Amino acid sequence: MLPPASSDASPPASAPRLELRGITKRYPGVLANDRIDLDVLPSEIHAVLGENGAGKSTLMKVIYGIVKPDAGTIRWEGEQIHIANPAQARKRGIGMVFQHFSLFDTLTVAENIRLAVNDVEPKLLPARITEVSERYGLALDPARHVHTMSVGERQRVEIVRCLLQEPRVLIMDEPTSVLTPQAVLRLFETLRTLAAEGCSILYISHKLDEIRSLCDRATVLRAGRVTGQCDPRRESSASLAKMMIGGELPHPRHREARAGPSALVVDALDVRADDPFGTTLRAISLDVHAGEIVGIAGVSGNGQKELLAALSGERTIRRAEAIRLCGTAAGRLGAFARRALGLAFVPEERLGRGAVPEMSLADNALLTTRTEDLVAHGFIRAHGVRARAAKIIATYGVKATGPEAAARSLSGGNLQKFIVGREIGQQPKVLIAAQPTWGVDVGASAQIRQALIDLRDNGVAVLVISEELDELMEICDRLAVIAQGRLSAPKSVHETTAEEIGMLMAGARPAAGQHSAPVLV
Amino acid sequence: MRLLFEARPQPSQLAVWLGPVCATLATLVIGFIVFEAFGKNPITAFNAFFVQPVSTRYGVAELLLKATPLMMIATGLAIGYRANVWNIGAEGQLTLGALAGGGLALFVGDADWPAAILLPAMFITGAVAGMAWAGIPAWLRTRFNANEILTSLMLVYVATLLLSWLVHGPWRDPEGYNFPQSKLFTDNALLPNLVPDTRLNVGFLLALVIVALAWLFVRRHIVGFEMRVAGLAPAAANYAGISARRNIWLGMLAGGACAGLAGVGEAAGPIGQLLPSMSPGYGFAAIIVAFVGRLHPLGIALASMLMSLLYLGGESAQMNLALPSAVTGLFQGSLLFLLLAADVFVNYRLRILRATPAAA
Repeated sequence: MLPPASSDASPPASAPRLELRGITKRYPGVLANDRIDLDVLPSEIHAVLGENGAGKSTLMKVIYGIVKPDAGTIRWEGEQIHIANPAQARKRGIGMVFQHFSLFDTLTVAENIRLAVNDVEPKLLPARITEVSERYGLALDPARHVHTMSVGERQRVEIVRCLLQEPRVLIMDEPTSVLTPQAVLRLFETLRTLAAEGCSILYISHKLDEIRSLCDRATVLRAGRVTGQCDPRRESSASLAKMMIGGELPHPRHREARAGPSALVVDALDVRADDPFGTTLRAISLDVHAGEIVGIAGVSGNGQKELLAALSGERTIRRAEAIRLCGTAAGRLGAFARRALGLAFVPEERLGRGAVPEMSLADNALLTTRTEDLVAHGFIRAHGVRARAAKIIATYGVKATGPEAAARSLSGGNLQKFIVGREIGQQPKVLIAAQPTWGVDVGASAQIRQALIDLRDNGVAVLVISEELDELMEICDRLAVIAQGRLSAPKSVHETTAEEIGMLMAGARPAAGQHSAPVLV
Repeated sequence: MRLLFEARPQPSQLAVWLGPVCATLATLVIGFIVFEAFGKNPITAFNAFFVQPVSTRYGVAELLLKATPLMMIATGLAIGYRANVWNIGAEGQLTLGALAGGGLALFVGDADWPAAILLPAMFITGAVAGMAWAGIPAWLRTRFNANEILTSLMLVYVATLLLSWLVHGPWRDPEGYNFPQSKLFTDNALLPNLVPDTRLNVGFLLALVIVALAWLFVRRHIVGFEMRVAGLAPAAANYAGISARRNIWLGMLAGGACAGLAGVGEAAGPIGQLLPSMSPGYGFAAIIVAFVGRLHPLGIALASMLMSLLYLGGESAQMNLALPSAVTGLFQGSLLFLLLAADVFVNYRLRILRATPAAA
């Protein structure tokens, strides 16, 4: 789909297709990109590696014309260019697949693609979609509605949409964060085919193993600067991580679990989805013992949101016995009453759910805590609240100006440490954590995982729901998989493999009726 | 070149409080232009509008008198507004409060209750009636998820018509020459004066007590905190287990109670009887007062003085300058509008972007 490099006036294949020089972008309070240089060669898969907040996404948005840099130049095949908006970027041959998809659920695949692709005759579009998707092994039915598709299939729509525009540089932003291990392998095959045809691929990730198996070159970013360039195939994960975080990767200490009595029991829980694109939970049963960590793996959108709301009490369940907390039937109890029984909960969304963005950390410490030292006779003890916040900040190494700092002024990782600290500070008997390290940098992630393990060792029942399979394998004692609103029986992590979990993540999803979609997505 | 609004990471406390001051100054500038356009000497006009009304002891007393209902209502409304409960119907709740409290005065007026019993009874009746009227939108919202902005506003007109029917019909003063008004309240149903030879009465002290209680509730009480959380981040409130239903009820009832008290204060204060209209739009002006005062009880106390001055100035401008009464509304409107504009600058920074080197 690409003209051979020699057929037009473009320079020889060894010359960079895309050259960035001195790209600088400043946001209020943060230098997101600081004089970044980056070369992308034809036919290469080039990793841009960095922690969250290192400036990867900003840099990609500069290339795609979404963000205007404050300084720096962009050259395209030797010629200095100015990319004013994504339409211009696409015209040049730059395509981007975003981490968060931009598809309309109620439209079909072809309709969604037609919205973005203007230069194909609408009547011919379904045929073109089928042609491109078959060529790259991305099975897609143009007539299918997007809301019936899994996340992996939706990503294919995004990729095919890009490929129809015949890109010469394809940017993939954290593409595997929503995929099963098997789907990741298929994606990699597609990307290798593309690269072999001459397309350059910019692959944004913080997953070191993927980058080592896929990419030819890697540029490492840290705090907005380029800190290294390497051939990831010749590096170890440890050495890449060192470049990425500027230090050694801490490893959590892990002892054999000494499980006690059941603390959280879920018995045949059914929850009907309350929005048309939600997931209905069917007969979920689960048993978390004191002193163990149980993990729930699964691709997002398979019922995690609904299960968490039912467990936390944000949504109450008519049948009280469906959820038992430390022996008490808790289905009908609200979040406050469940907290009183010893439940603590770290939600997936930090700003706006786990914390009030505009409020100070002190006020946010008060959000879920009603102990005597904070509230007496209905009145707030300002002194006690500040002291509590200061203690969380000190214990968990939260980087903040103090208890008066607004929650929204903290980075994602620091705010997450604060929320985890606050919830652990309630001395819970059961702790539920959703995506505890999502979007959190490596250092803080390790700290949070360690905190969860310490909690387990102190006899707390811990339930972790995460999409990061590696994380679950690392910290959990038992692991279950949620797929299409059903939960598999938990297995000891020593008796299972990532492959088996991956099969469960995908395999429980039946092929959609009349469509010939493959089972593995 | 491009203009860009950039969110500030954390707006400065100083700017938050300077916003209303800047909006007030800008309102004055607009007033200057308006006076100029009417062919009035702006200095004379400003003098007539803002200085003359408060240049006498009586004038100051009038300022506080008119600030009283604004302060009470805005304080009550702000409790709901902080929790995203939008009670727009304080005017109706004020009317119901005046109707109920005044009705009590009319029915037991001849029974010679001592004022120390009758007046508190009137205030309690008025507050309960205001709460009942505000309770209707609260119930509709919690039961049917009906938008309380619409329902509370619509009930204003129902309340006004109800009072109008009473003073035109059953409650009309038989010796009132057929004017649509009730009998005058007896002395034991009138609020005692605070300053001799003025109309300022003890209702003002009640307003100050309400402000103090509201401050205590919002800043120190856990329920006030929970309502703030609900207003700022509904998902966080849900996560923490804060009941949205309770917040709606509390927010609506607080506004209704305060508006009801204000209604009694008007009926038993400067008016002294029931008329078809018990307020020159205090219930609506209080919405502006609540926002100019940053939904903060102390800010509201100050903002109510400012709004009161606009009322007095409007009257004075009509009398001394022959300006239309719409000037008052114009000032109120520009104040709210400019305050909202100032808020944009408090929360965002305006950046002027020139072409970057990369754009060469």
